[in-house]
Amino acid sequence: MKIVVLMKQVPDTWGDRKLDASTGWVDRSATDTVIDEINERAIEAALTTADEQGGSDVIVVTMSPDDVSESLKKALAMGCDSAIHVRDDALAGADSAKTAAVLSAVIRPLGADLVFAGNESTDGRGGVVPSMIAEHLGVPHLGMLGDISFSDGRIHGIRRIDGGSQRVHAPVPAVVSVNESNPDARFPSFKGIMGAKKKPITVMTLGELELDIPAGSSRVLSTVERPARAAGTVVTDDGTAADKLADFLVTNRLI
Amino acid sequence: MPNILALIETTPAGSLATSAASTLAAAAAVGTPIAVVVVAPGEGKGLADDLGALGAQQVVIAECADVATALVTPAVTALDAAIDAHSPLAVVVPNSVDGREVAGRLAVRRGTTVLADVVETSTGANGIVATHSIFGGMYTTQSEVAGGLAILTIRQGAGGERPAAAKPTTSTISVSVDAGSTATIESVEMLPSDSLRPDLRAAERVVAGGRGLQSEEKFVLVEELADTLGAAVGASRAAVDSGFVGASTQVGQTGVTVSPQLYIALGISGAIQHRAGMQTSGTIVAINKDPDAAIFGVSDFGIVGDVFSVVPQLISAIESRR
Repeated sequence: MKIVVLMKQVPDTWGDRKLDASTGWVDRSATDTVIDEINERAIEAALTTADEQGGSDVIVVTMSPDDVSESLKKALAMGCDSAIHVRDDALAGADSAKTAAVLSAVIRPLGADLVFAGNESTDGRGGVVPSMIAEHLGVPHLGMLGDISFSDGRIHGIRRIDGGSQRVHAPVPAVVSVNESNPDARFPSFKGIMGAKKKPITVMTLGELELDIPAGSSRVLSTVERPARAAGTVVTDDGTAADKLADFLVTNRLI
Repeated sequence: MPNILALIETTPAGSLATSAASTLAAAAAVGTPIAVVVVAPGEGKGLADDLGALGAQQVVIAECADVATALVTPAVTALDAAIDAHSPLAVVVPNSVDGREVAGRLAVRRGTTVLADVVETSTGANGIVATHSIFGGMYTTQSEVAGGLAILTIRQGAGGERPAAAKPTTSTISVSVDAGSTATIESVEMLPSDSLRPDLRAAERVVAGGRGLQSEEKFVLVEELADTLGAAVGASRAAVDSGFVGASTQVGQTGVTVSPQLYIALGISGAIQHRAGMQTSGTIVAINKDPDAAIFGVSDFGIVGDVFSVVPQLISAIESRR
C-alpha cells in the first residue's frame, strides 16, 4: 500500500506569532517553526496504517520556499520511508487553491492509495486544502476523522462534526484528514534517527510538476495589528473578592 | 444588487442549523441572498418560511435521494448547479466541518479559491471584501478573490447586522452525486444539546473551566455559574484532555474561537493557545489560585483565589443583586 502524508511547517504556537504587515502573510522568521502538531498525528495515523498493512511505502510530502529539512528528517526518523519537498520561491504566500494544486500535482503521479493530512493548520486554519486535493484527485475525502481503521479495501473512522459525530467509510484511493482525537506521534527511536540519514529526500521545483492552478486567487488587501490587551484589576481573595466581582459585573452592565 | 448564494445547513431532525443566520447575514451585507439547502426529496417544504425570516430573498431546495448517506458532495453539486443558474458574485458557506469541505471542493470545481473563516463581508472596488480575525484576534486582515468567483466560509455566530425578514420565492432542483468520489455516512450520533444553554460560538456570555476544576464531578461548578448567568459552557484543552468535559466545549487555538461580551475563566492558566480563542472577548474575568497565571495578563478583573470557595460566593452575590 502506498501512503502519502502531508506535512506543514508552522510558527510554534507557544511563541508570539506575527503577520508581515506589508504582505499580510505569516512572518515565518518571527518565531521558531515546527511540524504542525496535527501533522504529527497524521504521520502517526499513516505509519500505524502502514504497520498494520505490511509492505507499505509512506512518503511525506511538503511544500515551502524555505529549508524544512529538519522537520522532514524527523518524519523520516519516525518511520516514513522517503520525503518530497517542493521548494520554490514562487510558493511564498501561496493561497489554499495554489497549495492544493501543487500538492495534488506531486501526489497524482505517485498513485497513492491513501493521503493523510491534518484537518487544519494552526497558522492558516482554513481547513480547506484536504478537500481541495480530494477534488483534484477525484477521490472521496474523510475529513475530521478519528478512530481510523483500514479493512476490506476501505478506510473507516468516526468523523467529528458540529454537535456530534458520524461513522463513515470510503473505498481507497481516498484522502483522510485527521482530528485531534488521534494518538500522539511516536518518538523517533535511535535506530530510526540513524536510519533516516539513508532515506531519500527529493527536492523539486514547480517547473518539474504538471500544474493545474486555478485562475482565482486570494489577495490580502490590508493587515492591522490589534493593540495588546492591557491587564486590569487583580485582587487576592480575602473572602470579599466574590462580592467585588459581582459589583464589577453590575457596574459594567454585564449581568 | 448582485446575487449571493448562501449554503444552509440543516440538523439531522431537518430544521435549520444555527449557522443559517450568520451565513445569510454575511450574504445580505453584500447582495441579494439566495439560500441553497439540500434535503431528501419532499422534505424541504417548511424551510422556506424559516429562511425568509432570516432574510433569504430566494430559496433553492436541492433534492437529493442520497443526502443522508453521501458525505458533503450533494451540497457541492447543488451549489455548482445554482452558480450556473444564478450567476452569483459570491458563494458563502458556514465555516463548519462540512461547510469547509464543501467550499474546498467547490473552489476546485469552479477554478477558484476560498477566503476562509470570514467574520465580516463588505463591498470593495473589485467586488467582495472579506474581513478575517487572525491568530485569535491579534490581527485583522481584509482579502479578496482576483480572477475568479469568491467563495467564503463564514465564522459561525460572526457579527453583522441581521437582515430584515423577506417573503422568498422558492424553486426546486434535483441533484445526484458521483458515487466514485463520495464517502459514505453509516450512522450519525448527535450529542444531547443543552437546549437551556446558549450555543458556545454565538453566546453573549461564556463561563469556561480549566485544569483547576480537578475532575469531571467538580466541573459542575462551571455549569452552575454558567446557568446563573445564562451563559454557555467552555473549557480549556487541559480540561478536555483530562476528560472533565466534551471536546465540543474546547476554546482556543485548536477549538472554538469565541468573542462574547463576558468571558469568565475558572481555573484556567491562560496558555497562549487558549488566549488565542478568547482574547477578543469584551470583558474577561479570571479566577485562579496561581497569582502568576498568564490569564491575569489579559483579564479586566482577576481574582487570585480558590475557585471552589469564590465561585459559590459569586453565584449567591449575583443572585442577591437581582
